[in-house]
Amino acid sequence: MIIENSPVILSVQNLTAAVEGIEIIKGLSLEIKAGEIHAIMGPNGSGKSTFSKVLAGHPDYTVTGGKVLYQGKNLLELEPEERAREGVFLAFQYPLEIPGVSNLDFLRVAYNAKRKHQELEEVDIFDFDDLVHERLEVVKMDPAFLERSVNEGFSGGEKKRNEILQMALLEPTLAILDETDSGLDIDALKIVANGVNQLMRPDNATLMITHYQRLLDYIVPDFIHVMQGGRILTTGGKELALELEAKGYDWLQEGELAEVTA
Amino acid sequence: MSIEVSTPNARPHSTGVDRDAVLKQWLTLRADLPQAPDWVQGVRDRALPLLQEQALPTLRDEDWRFTDLAPLYQVAWQAASPTGLQIGDLPLRTGLEGALQLICVNGFYAPHLSTTDSNLTVQSLTTLEPSLQPYLGQQPQAGDVFASLNTYSLSDVLVLRVPPNQSLEQPIHCLFITVGDLPIMAHPRLLVVAESGSVATLIEDYVSLGTAPVFTNAVSELFVAANATLNHVRLQRQSLDTFHIGKTGVTQAQDSHYRAFNLSWGAQISRHEPEVILQGAQTDTQLDGLTLAVGTQLADTHSAIAFQQPRCTARQLHKCIIDDRARAVFNGKIFVPKVAQETNAGQLSRNLLLSPKARVDTKPQLEIVADNVKCAHGATVSQLDADEVFYLQSRGLDHDSACDLLVNAFATEVIDKVPVPELRPALRQAILAQLHS
Repeated sequence: MIIENSPVILSVQNLTAAVEGIEIIKGLSLEIKAGEIHAIMGPNGSGKSTFSKVLAGHPDYTVTGGKVLYQGKNLLELEPEERAREGVFLAFQYPLEIPGVSNLDFLRVAYNAKRKHQELEEVDIFDFDDLVHERLEVVKMDPAFLERSVNEGFSGGEKKRNEILQMALLEPTLAILDETDSGLDIDALKIVANGVNQLMRPDNATLMITHYQRLLDYIVPDFIHVMQGGRILTTGGKELALELEAKGYDWLQEGELAEVTA
Repeated sequence: MSIEVSTPNARPHSTGVDRDAVLKQWLTLRADLPQAPDWVQGVRDRALPLLQEQALPTLRDEDWRFTDLAPLYQVAWQAASPTGLQIGDLPLRTGLEGALQLICVNGFYAPHLSTTDSNLTVQSLTTLEPSLQPYLGQQPQAGDVFASLNTYSLSDVLVLRVPPNQSLEQPIHCLFITVGDLPIMAHPRLLVVAESGSVATLIEDYVSLGTAPVFTNAVSELFVAANATLNHVRLQRQSLDTFHIGKTGVTQAQDSHYRAFNLSWGAQISRHEPEVILQGAQTDTQLDGLTLAVGTQLADTHSAIAFQQPRCTARQLHKCIIDDRARAVFNGKIFVPKVAQETNAGQLSRNLLLSPKARVDTKPQLEIVADNVKCAHGATVSQLDADEVFYLQSRGLDHDSACDLLVNAFATEVIDKVPVPELRPALRQAILAQLHS
């Protein structure tokens, strides 16, 4: 929802970033305010996922220029774990399997890392157990998944639900959903989308990265940005998604050409 | 490429040390031993021809090509003697309070430090009943140079007999302490006879106290009789200036179960050789292990499982965690001769390198002659996955905690198999503590 005069959560100014010496993000600017849902769409290789990893602080990506301010602070000088504790959450496109670490322990350690950062008392096993069972409802997840190793042997849909469960526990200020819809059947997509919608509040914001318009039927964005060649080509309202669906991304490539030659 | 051959007559002195002279000097240390009955003297003397045939190993011996014992040969070792250690001197607690605790100091059984139980027959060399004497030195594997040296130098032995059909509820904690102010060589010896239908859990635990370096040359002989179950945890947690060489010889009779977990995290240079001979049919064996090597430690495990009868099952999972410039070696032999039809054997060696200078040499070695068997083996070497670390960091864990969690996860698979569940939490903690030391 667009709220007048709400504070800026994320401000990206002319960001450039490279992986293995190859520049992928080439001057990206974006502003997200509290309460808003933004979607970045674009063809494969446009730099969407790279952008999400840069925001989360993945060590393989090097920022070569520009600024990223998160709640007024320089996000880029924070370690990945500091960003997480400050409220940045990346739901992974491909959540990792971690054999030998129980999902429940992992969730508790992550939850307590944030509590500690907020100078709140860490919760014990029993209180956490109650909390996590309550949050399971958000994504309609079977409690049996808590006893299993993190994501090990989970289906694609179960992994994505597990990401949203983590989000429900960590209550981020900025949630970045990287291709959260990919690989989901329609039922799983509805559950995941419903989970995300439940977690939206006037004081937080969501940035969705997706290749397909389908997700946007269930999580309705306030703004859609179309990304191509490491930059945002155009920004519009939710109706832009329909136009993209009808015309495809090629239409924009031609537009880009026209813009450059003009 | 060259093939190196070692024969007893051509003994290379790659270390610059005269190994024949070293071995001779070690044999003279026996002169300091207390007098023993004639039958003990007989056991000791039977080891002499074996020692005369063999040399101390060097890197040129195939079985030792990754484990350089040169530093061991350079120390002027002295014979160990029983010391006046008091109960208050024992700083080591394992969370096993309440367990039967049998303590040997420098290889000598210390009854005044031990707690025992009427269901268990505990004996030492001087009190050993004649019916058990023939077991000593009978393990077929006990003929190599270090095991022979132990037998030749036999000063005492801790003997446990679990009577037929007796189930011991509590684990038996055998604590072998090596302690001294001078460099001493100790030869701890353990003999366990688990009689038919008995059930027991044994924790064999090696520690070192004191200020001088020690060389612990341990031999354990375990006999698991028909339909008996022996759970066995072997902990080697000696201090980092220690040398540790250990042999565990196990024979299993028909329908018996042997479940072992071998943990090695102490000593500067260590070698453990668990060897299981399946003399009966339908036996079940679990031979797991975890090696932790940090700093400049060298930790070597050479295991062997010899099938000799049909329808036996064996599972082996050995993991190594290696940090800094440390080095680990794993060699796992499995022999399945023609007679051992319907064998079901699985071996897996998994290794985690935590530093670019860490190293592991792993070698599964299966010799299968029988034609109706199921045998699987595998070996993996990996590092911590940077993407897994990042995933955990992105959920608020700092880099070191993320790495600890992943190392713990790697160890958990094998720690969860430790046949004494109450030991598991202490083991997990101790592993992380060692990595942070």
